[in-house]
Amino acid sequence: MTEGRPRSFYVLAIFFAAYVLFLYGPMIAIYILSFQGPQGGLTFPMNGVSTYWLAKLFQGTGIVDLGAAFRRSLLLGVVVMVVTVVLSVAAGMAFRRKFKAQSILFYSAIASLIVPSIITSLGISLEFRIIDDLIKGYFNENFETSMGLLTSGLGAHLTWTLPFGLLIMFAIFNRFDPRLEEAARDLGATPWQAFRHVVLPIILPSVIGIGLFGFTLSWDELARSSQAIGAVNTLPLDLQGLTTTVTNPDIYALGTVISAVSFAVITLALGTIHMLNKRQAAKGSDAGKGLV
Amino acid sequence: MDTSEDILQQASPDLVRGSGMARRTKPARLSPSFVSWLQAGPMMLVFLAFFLIPLVFVVIVSFWDYNEYQLLPAFSGRGYTDTFEGCIAQLPDLCTIGRTYVMTLKLCFLVWAITLFIGFWVAYFLAFHVKSKTWQMGLSLLCTIPFWTSNVIRMIAWIPLLGRNGLVNSGLVKTGLINQPLEWLLFSEFSVVLALVHLFTFFMVVPIFNSMVRIDKALIEAAYDAGATGFQTLVNVVIPLAKPGIVIGSIFVITIVMGDFITIGVMGGQQIAAAGKIIETRVNALQFPAAAANAVILLAITFLIITMMSRIVDIRKEL
Repeated sequence: MTEGRPRSFYVLAIFFAAYVLFLYGPMIAIYILSFQGPQGGLTFPMNGVSTYWLAKLFQGTGIVDLGAAFRRSLLLGVVVMVVTVVLSVAAGMAFRRKFKAQSILFYSAIASLIVPSIITSLGISLEFRIIDDLIKGYFNENFETSMGLLTSGLGAHLTWTLPFGLLIMFAIFNRFDPRLEEAARDLGATPWQAFRHVVLPIILPSVIGIGLFGFTLSWDELARSSQAIGAVNTLPLDLQGLTTTVTNPDIYALGTVISAVSFAVITLALGTIHMLNKRQAAKGSDAGKGLV
Repeated sequence: MDTSEDILQQASPDLVRGSGMARRTKPARLSPSFVSWLQAGPMMLVFLAFFLIPLVFVVIVSFWDYNEYQLLPAFSGRGYTDTFEGCIAQLPDLCTIGRTYVMTLKLCFLVWAITLFIGFWVAYFLAFHVKSKTWQMGLSLLCTIPFWTSNVIRMIAWIPLLGRNGLVNSGLVKTGLINQPLEWLLFSEFSVVLALVHLFTFFMVVPIFNSMVRIDKALIEAAYDAGATGFQTLVNVVIPLAKPGIVIGSIFVITIVMGDFITIGVMGGQQIAAAGKIIETRVNALQFPAAAANAVILLAITFLIITMMSRIVDIRKEL
């Protein structure tokens, strides 16, 4: 088709560009503002340029114990990522054939995705409160709480990341050619060998995508953490707490640091996916290239 | 799994036995249904422990009694009666919970309508006007990246723009359009809707785009060839075929806004009452049965909306 683009193309292109500006504009504004001078305020114009506010965050003299919250969020994010990847791939494999309770698992995942986060969060907190009461009543009066980052907090995050992981696995296996695996089995591979040497390398780029979803969703999670995380706070919770008392740009600096981690993870994951895809394209198949 | 090897085995046992040289003797095979359980079980357990059982607890606790500082595990409808307090006495005026839900539904409708409009055209542009796969990938990625960054940051990002001394106000004052800064730009219904649209249009774009790329381009050409105008093609071909995506996106956006309390809290300056916000307030006051009762009501209304919408389309088919 060599004819010119229709007028609607230009109208929609402008619309799309405006949408992208709408998406990124405000965020870029706070990234810039976090580099203000020590006298800087909450809005433009910039009052000098410095890394004063960013440095202040890392000195720990700022608003919250950022270092501890940062480490907690990072730990939780990594654990959530690993669990999400493993459980999603396993469940995705199960869905390739019929099994009982298939639709129960499917609808649980969908429901977990769309039931409002505050309800899930409240439910988990009630569940753990009741468990605590039971332990206190029957076993140990001095028991404090079973709620925590890697118990109720981890569970709350998984109810959010696992549905995404499962849906991505569906998308992967919709495009997956089962003959490849059958060929491996015909050549004598055990089920595990067929998975390890045939299936996994093919789906690996998308599996990294699941990891990316798992980490970033957890790293930025707020609504589900709010009631279920226990006594400690994650980084987004600290940030939310600050929004009501904000008076100087350190909140922007904190925002910039959190975003920087998100962007680093996104870049790393996308880079790896790109590399793996290239490698697959280069070495994946020698079909049609004659005998080697 | 029924591999071709099994079929071969039945068809000609000798053949397979002959190839057995290359492989170890097969260990007793796990039954396929057991393997499925092993694979899907862990995820099922997570949903059971952290989603299904908690939901049951929400329903149970909503019927418990409470006092100022603790839960009393005895049947009581107090969580509900407290919630609907004064609803009959104040008729025909709306009681607190009624007003809160009217506000929530209003926000919901506004955000839904705006995200649908933006999401539809963004998806349309990506699916039909961007021809090269690389560009399509790149531009989709551009829309996805903000979804992977923090929602709170994307909310507070509006402060320097919309605040009393923000860019918008100072710009408008400078150009002489207004004499004094607009107060309704930030910490208002306007800023809540703006932030919700900013955060969640993504959930509309993805499913609609997904439906649109599956539309056979020949159908659209056929419509044009048969003499349809661009508008007729849009209404009679594109929209019906994109309907599943539209419904799924709508379900996402509506359920998110129904349960939202963070965006409404932060962008509304903690002044706007919404369904999710009541739950949070009750929890902070340690009135768990009342919080649970509100959660049950919210769940019921959300469920009602979803059933109505999923009547229109079979979600399962679209994945």
